[in-house]
Amino acid sequence: MTNKTYNEDDLIQLSSVEHYSYCPRQCALIHVEQTFDENLYTLRGRAVHETVDIESSHMLEGVRYERSLPIWSKRLNLVGKADMVEFHGNVPYPVEYKSGRHRIGHHESLQLCAQALCLEEMLGVKVEKGAIFWHASRERKEVVFTEDMRKQVEEVAVATHRMIAERYLPPPVNDKRCRDCSLKESCLPEVIHNKTRHHSITKKLFVVE
Amino acid sequence: MKQLLNTLYVMTQGAYLTLDHETVKVEVEGKTQLQVPLHHLGAIFTMGNVMMSPFLMHRCTENGKAVVFLNMNGQFLARVVGKTTGNVLLRQAQYVAASDANKAASIAKNIVAAKLQNSRQILLRGAREIENTGIEAGLRQAATSLSDALINLKKSGTIDETRGLEGISANAYFQVFDTMVKENRETFIMKSRNRRPPRDPMNALLSFIYTLLLNDCVSAAEGVGLDPQVGFLHAIRPGRPSLGLDLMEELRSILADRLALTLINLKQITEKDFEEREGGAVYLNEGGRKAVVVAYQKRKQDEFTHPLLEEKVPFGLIPHVQARLLARHLRGDMEEYIPVLYS
Repeated sequence: MTNKTYNEDDLIQLSSVEHYSYCPRQCALIHVEQTFDENLYTLRGRAVHETVDIESSHMLEGVRYERSLPIWSKRLNLVGKADMVEFHGNVPYPVEYKSGRHRIGHHESLQLCAQALCLEEMLGVKVEKGAIFWHASRERKEVVFTEDMRKQVEEVAVATHRMIAERYLPPPVNDKRCRDCSLKESCLPEVIHNKTRHHSITKKLFVVE
Repeated sequence: MKQLLNTLYVMTQGAYLTLDHETVKVEVEGKTQLQVPLHHLGAIFTMGNVMMSPFLMHRCTENGKAVVFLNMNGQFLARVVGKTTGNVLLRQAQYVAASDANKAASIAKNIVAAKLQNSRQILLRGAREIENTGIEAGLRQAATSLSDALINLKKSGTIDETRGLEGISANAYFQVFDTMVKENRETFIMKSRNRRPPRDPMNALLSFIYTLLLNDCVSAAEGVGLDPQVGFLHAIRPGRPSLGLDLMEELRSILADRLALTLINLKQITEKDFEEREGGAVYLNEGGRKAVVVAYQKRKQDEFTHPLLEEKVPFGLIPHVQARLLARHLRGDMEEYIPVLYS
């Protein structure tokens, strides 16, 4: 892990960690190309976040709830907001809100772990666990931050940082990840992938039938 | 696929548009004439003296809906835009490509090839549908000169040659264009293509439809973050939406010319829809403009199978799809810009 000097202009969004681990091109489309297309999923996500994104702080039965809490890590060059952090005494417990249902895969856990690393650096305490809450299915799953996960977050943060600094746009993956991706229309995974189709159409351009 | 939403065209002079909850309310002389849910609209175009509340403009810019002010002839005056956003790297790549003679020439060449192909299809279709053998021969001959131009274009390299071949072909095309008119032939005879100002009903009709199409192409370019003024086939000239004009070339015949002929041949547009000004300029009158706008909107809903996407796309979304493909080419994802071929 390179320990470059902390430059506030070079910080990357916490959410880009999840985007990158899901699909580096999706991450580049959002953070390099500044693309943002709405689809059903992002609209639902926004509806959930509109109620969550109001910064607030309140106590309930000995637990302090911080909504939309600004967090950062100088070490990993990350900055962002945590949907919700519960403070059980001094110990922060991040909770990430997701609009959909529980999905397989660990991209969401990685994002949560990145939040934990930020909180550890900011507050100087160990953050062992957090939780993901799925709005549609009203499920809550606890995530324990393993050494392995922490290492992955660091690797992804470095790779994301490099990609954004170099303004690199990777080619499309064109696999099942693309099906529900809100950026499909900008990315055009199938079209770009299909070089044979390009060539046959470009050839037809100059053929007189 | 991105949804093709309606464009609201407001042409009633003195109309006032406001945001009422999640709807657009159109008032004329204090009376509500129309109320449309905002989520049904992709853009609002106003012509002439039509007013709009700031809150409605705010909401439209927030939601990425175009708000455009046109004069009575459909010419562009102003657009309400938010802060500069989008992909600065894409715009930079566009500027670099525009000043790179080879790259600009290759984009322009493909655009003109598609224009010639699509215009040829219109002529050949016209020839198939006509009973008069003399006219049929004329149309086929014009189609042949377009194919000759296409063969020369394939061999050509420079942008000047490309522009030259495009000019020659446009002349050949417009020389026979009005022979495809079957109704009210005496009204719609066209001596040549003229536009500043149009001096006969056919030129007035074509100019008006081209203006509508150009506005859609400019919006499409802006929608994907391209600079609508920096084109490849059309040279950069202050005030000229060169890229909008570029995107429009491949679509002129299939979206605009065909529509003009249909409107005339179905007698949806007749002599009474035009007015002649002192000195000889000819324009569509209010009734004529209304009929064209309605027909154009309807045409945009028709679908066809996009050859590259291999999926059904409404005609109204083609400018958007093509602007997107151009952006992908400029950002290095695709080797060439691939225009749309209609068959």
